Amino acid sequence: MTQYPDAVVIGAGIVGAACAEALARAGLKVLILDASFAGGGTTAAGMGHLVVMDDSPPQLALTAYSARLWTTLAPELPRNVEHDACGTLWVAEDDEQLEAVRAKQRVYADHGIAAETLSPAQLADAEPHLRPGLAGALHVPGDGVVYPPTAALALLQRAIANGAELREGVRVDAVGAREVIVGNERIACDCVINAAGAHAPELTPGIPIVPRKGHLVITDRYPGFCRHQLVELGYLASAHTMTTESVAFNVQPRATGQLLIGSSRELVGWDMNINRAIVRKMLDRALDFMPSLALTSAIRTWTGFRPATPDKLPLIGAWEDTPGLWIAAGHEGLGITTSLGTGQLLADLVVGHEPALDPVPYAPSRVLAGIGTH
Amino acid sequence: MTGEYFTTGEYAGTDAEVVVADVAVIGAGPAGIAAAASAAERGLRVALLDRGLESGGQIWRHINGVAIPRVAQQWLARLDKSGAQILRRTSVVDVSVDVAGFEILAESSGRALHIRVTNIILATGAREMFIPFDGWTLPGVMGIGGAQALLKSGGSFAGKRVVIAGSGPLMLPVAAALAESGARLVLVAEQAKRSAVARFAAGLWRTPSTLMQAARYRARFMSSSYSTGTWVTAAHGSDRLESVTVTNGRRTWRETADVLCTGYGLIPNVELARLIGCETRDGAVVVDDDQRTTIANVQAVGEVTGIGGAPLSLIEGEIAGLTVGSRLSVPLPLLRRRATFEAAARRMFDVFAPRAELRALPTPTTIVCRCEDVTYGVVQDAVCARQAKLHTRAGMGPCQGRTCMPGLEFLLAWHSDTVRPPIEPALVSILSSEVAKNAPSSFLSNSCVGDVYQ
Amino acid sequence: MGQRGAESEVEIVVDGQRQRVAPGITVAAALFNLGISALRRSVSGESRGPVCGMGVCFECRVTIDSRPHQRACMVAVVDGMHIHTASDS
Repeated sequence: MTQYPDAVVIGAGIVGAACAEALARAGLKVLILDASFAGGGTTAAGMGHLVVMDDSPPQLALTAYSARLWTTLAPELPRNVEHDACGTLWVAEDDEQLEAVRAKQRVYADHGIAAETLSPAQLADAEPHLRPGLAGALHVPGDGVVYPPTAALALLQRAIANGAELREGVRVDAVGAREVIVGNERIACDCVINAAGAHAPELTPGIPIVPRKGHLVITDRYPGFCRHQLVELGYLASAHTMTTESVAFNVQPRATGQLLIGSSRELVGWDMNINRAIVRKMLDRALDFMPSLALTSAIRTWTGFRPATPDKLPLIGAWEDTPGLWIAAGHEGLGITTSLGTGQLLADLVVGHEPALDPVPYAPSRVLAGIGTH
Repeated sequence: MTGEYFTTGEYAGTDAEVVVADVAVIGAGPAGIAAAASAAERGLRVALLDRGLESGGQIWRHINGVAIPRVAQQWLARLDKSGAQILRRTSVVDVSVDVAGFEILAESSGRALHIRVTNIILATGAREMFIPFDGWTLPGVMGIGGAQALLKSGGSFAGKRVVIAGSGPLMLPVAAALAESGARLVLVAEQAKRSAVARFAAGLWRTPSTLMQAARYRARFMSSSYSTGTWVTAAHGSDRLESVTVTNGRRTWRETADVLCTGYGLIPNVELARLIGCETRDGAVVVDDDQRTTIANVQAVGEVTGIGGAPLSLIEGEIAGLTVGSRLSVPLPLLRRRATFEAAARRMFDVFAPRAELRALPTPTTIVCRCEDVTYGVVQDAVCARQAKLHTRAGMGPCQGRTCMPGLEFLLAWHSDTVRPPIEPALVSILSSEVAKNAPSSFLSNSCVGDVYQ
Repeated sequence: MGQRGAESEVEIVVDGQRQRVAPGITVAAALFNLGISALRRSVSGESRGPVCGMGVCFECRVTIDSRPHQRACMVAVVDGMHIHTASDS
């Protein structure tokens, strides 16, 4: 770097990539630093489900906004991003859950999100490998899937096309007021964006983000085995409840014909080893919904760490303790979906544009106000 | 014997089978057979697991009871009498450690098998190392050991025009066996220099039986051409192999061929050892004089500890079988014989190390990952195996990178990526606790059968 | 399976064609002897045949009795077995 950057983005995961893309598009000179390589952390471990979620009104607002941005961007994405507008089916096991599906549909309708309730027969028709006896499902056709590591790369390439620079294998040692310290090097800039995901607290102590471990299993290729991202309605509770461990039925058809099977949540620090017991539990849950998955061949398992916050909302905005420091982290399991909304919101705040959605619920200052104690 | 080992229908409330034993020997090649027989003869309960159709591994592969060396027959008979429980067609999927010892999860004919043991002897053998070149994905291009396996499992090479081009001592017996079976050997090309091969051959006097064997092998394909310092640079054909391009650095020419056997020596199958946590060095499991690894109660024998051939594997297997679960000392003659064979193996490595020119074999459009069809040009810029996997899909297919990654590690100086369960593809039911109890026996509509085009 | 050593062939069905093959041999060997070189179609559409012969490379995958992704080198032929390969036109 001969000329010092306007903005330094720390972390080239999908959230950092989206921030860099939006900032560079806004005309800022952006430098992106990553301790390892782009898209290699939590981004690489994620499912890549682009999903509207309604655990809270701000979550719905951010996911819906981001979904619109993904729909706009999709035609411009390279093929290796594997964007697939497969839609989501929220599967209801019983009448009580079906009632919740109907309520969910009303909420979505109020926000202009297309969704339809499927009867048991319609569900069986849409996904013949689901077990009989399910109560129905909510079909959200606007949801989709991407392959996260290449999605992050695609966003970085767009940023680079707008003058950004990416430096990989560069570990940031400290963040100061309008500066970043890397070894003996001091990089001065107007603003720093901490987009280090679950590692964000290492650079900005006080951020209430903890790693929330997840497991995934991927199968060999069975094209046509399922056509939609399948999620049990109970997934919302699994994601919301911040206690010990939970699993939920969550199966995704990849563009390759492979099946991605999730999901699990654990609070065990940074232990990246496979937990056999929770994999068994997770697969048992999947088999309960899709018995014939039993005869598919699993070729790989892995773990990843969701950056989780106490109130299930990301931190997007200024970190008022340090001049020039901004945070874009803590997206838990929704980082791929909400990356685009986060990047745009953050860039609007940095350059002083009117944001498209109310930034207050995501403001990191809520942590300083005590909401984030845990 | 079965009653001692099996309790059925009793695993965690499922119908999975459980085997309880003192020792699990994983891999039934010479090393595993010797280990299992020696341990069982001491009265230990031994379970010998192997994914093959018959015991014997690659070197003693046989079907319908035909044509195996006398030493193999002797060991198989000894194994039979030893009382070891032999579990064929059984693939190890995972090993976990707890206070009681080890629990091995295996897949056997689509069902889960849980093997609980206090000791493990790893005899997982080796596989061939491939270096990719244009056309190596054409049907008809196969491993040197691959051709041997196909021959030994009933394949007929009679009348086929065969080129063998690669490296290492495996080429000679395979050439001899193919010639004997009626193949027309067009060319046997060893990439190592003539002087190096001569040095190796000269060293064989230390193990006279090996020298005689080499001479016999050579005699059997005398009529075909054997070249040193020669290697294949490309294979050609529209939908199957038709010809190959070979070079000796000065002259480049084509040979018509139906089959090309290629491979650059053997590499230890260390994945299971790494999963358990055993230390490896230079791609082989580190062991002490008693074949003990760095993990307590886990020993390793045979090619997984470094390529040394069947005679050395047998000695190592015997040593592990005699020392497993005890502090018995190893008979001195066994230790001396091991030392002799180890020295021979070390010489072999230097002689057959791939020459620098082989690093230039793949072109940017050469497919390196055969599972995912990823080209060399696409992976070349990655800084490590993990980045290549995540960004390009190389190594992400069902072979779990076992075919492409060793070659890429050679070409691009990468380190191996982590190992996680399942260490080979396994039915989802095997990894769950439902164990296919309620699963339908067949699930596939026609749309799910066959391959996908990307 | 057939009697050991006896020359009783087994009948298998390969890509819809009845074939008689030697007993006890692997599916990979049987297909090789029948001259079927393309066992599977790769993800970019190339024909692929056996490589390692020992269950490592997964190149010889075929569909056996409606189960996809079976390694031909790891399975012995059985009377009445149905095999589907990429050579089926």
